[in-house]
Amino acid sequence: MLLIPCPYCGLRSETEFSNGGEAHIVRPENPEALSDAEWAEFVFLRDNPKGVLLERWNHAQGCRRWFNVARDTVTYEILAVYPMGAAPPALDRRRVV
Amino acid sequence: MVESYLRQSALAHLGLEARDQSGQEGAQVRLQEKVLPAAVNLRGDPSDEGFLAATHQALGVALPLEPNRVESSERIAVLWLGPNEWLAVSHDDEPTAESRLAERLREALADSHAAVTEVGESLACIHIAGPRAADVIAKGCPLDLHPGAFTAGHCAQSHIAKTAVTLHQVDDAGAAAGPGYDLYTRRSFSDYLWRWLSDAAREYLGA
Ligand SMILES: [Zn+2]
Repeated sequence: MLLIPCPYCGLRSETEFSNGGEAHIVRPENPEALSDAEWAEFVFLRDNPKGVLLERWNHAQGCRRWFNVARDTVTYEILAVYPMGAAPPALDRRRVV
Repeated sequence: MVESYLRQSALAHLGLEARDQSGQEGAQVRLQEKVLPAAVNLRGDPSDEGFLAATHQALGVALPLEPNRVESSERIAVLWLGPNEWLAVSHDDEPTAESRLAERLREALADSHAAVTEVGESLACIHIAGPRAADVIAKGCPLDLHPGAFTAGHCAQSHIAKTAVTLHQVDDAGAAAGPGYDLYTRRSFSDYLWRWLSDAAREYLGA
């Protein structure tokens, strides 16, 4: 079980959280100007890196706040936690284990 | 004008009051349903001095700004739920207690960007206490309740046996009767949680 540092409540069990998928997916300003392929890219296609993934988490069974997490998908190590709307911290995105 | 009506305890069907209470003294774990809480959920901006002053005046205690902490008086406990959310609870089963509490807050916060919501009807409060109370909770809850990490005046929202609970530690482990916790859960889950806790506590019977 992971211990996830909620930026508000502190270290809590993974079972209190729900994963909200990849972070920093920006909704296109003019959806009607997009091709079907570009719309599909926005709606469906996500990164699946072996290494650092920036994702959203919600402390669903705790304070119910959203926040961003930088997590290594190989080691499950949580490298950073930062608020919604903030830019991701500088991390070595090509971290390999 | 709020009409007064009879508020029925969430566990009334279990007939807890009629049960034999002898032997509770010195028990390793004691379970009890507290009277229906008069509870108000409060949202607002803690960086707004006016909001803090108005709530302090209306509640009689300052809002806890430190995470997972409770500020309380004889009359009321104010639990930190999030960076801009609190739960004010008083164990007062007088039928208008909750609406009066909400009214006081609404009046005080008339000029603030804030929300006051009565939520007592949705909650039930189970009190669990005794030297082994934390062990019973730990069977289904991931919170670290060790006295080095969690003491009286702490609160947390988490889950026990998959049921969402807001846990408020009211008595320290060092207290004569052992640590005590108020567990707030959704009213419709209270029967399940009560039975789960009773079952989890069985091994400490007569210990
Ligand atoms: Zn949290």
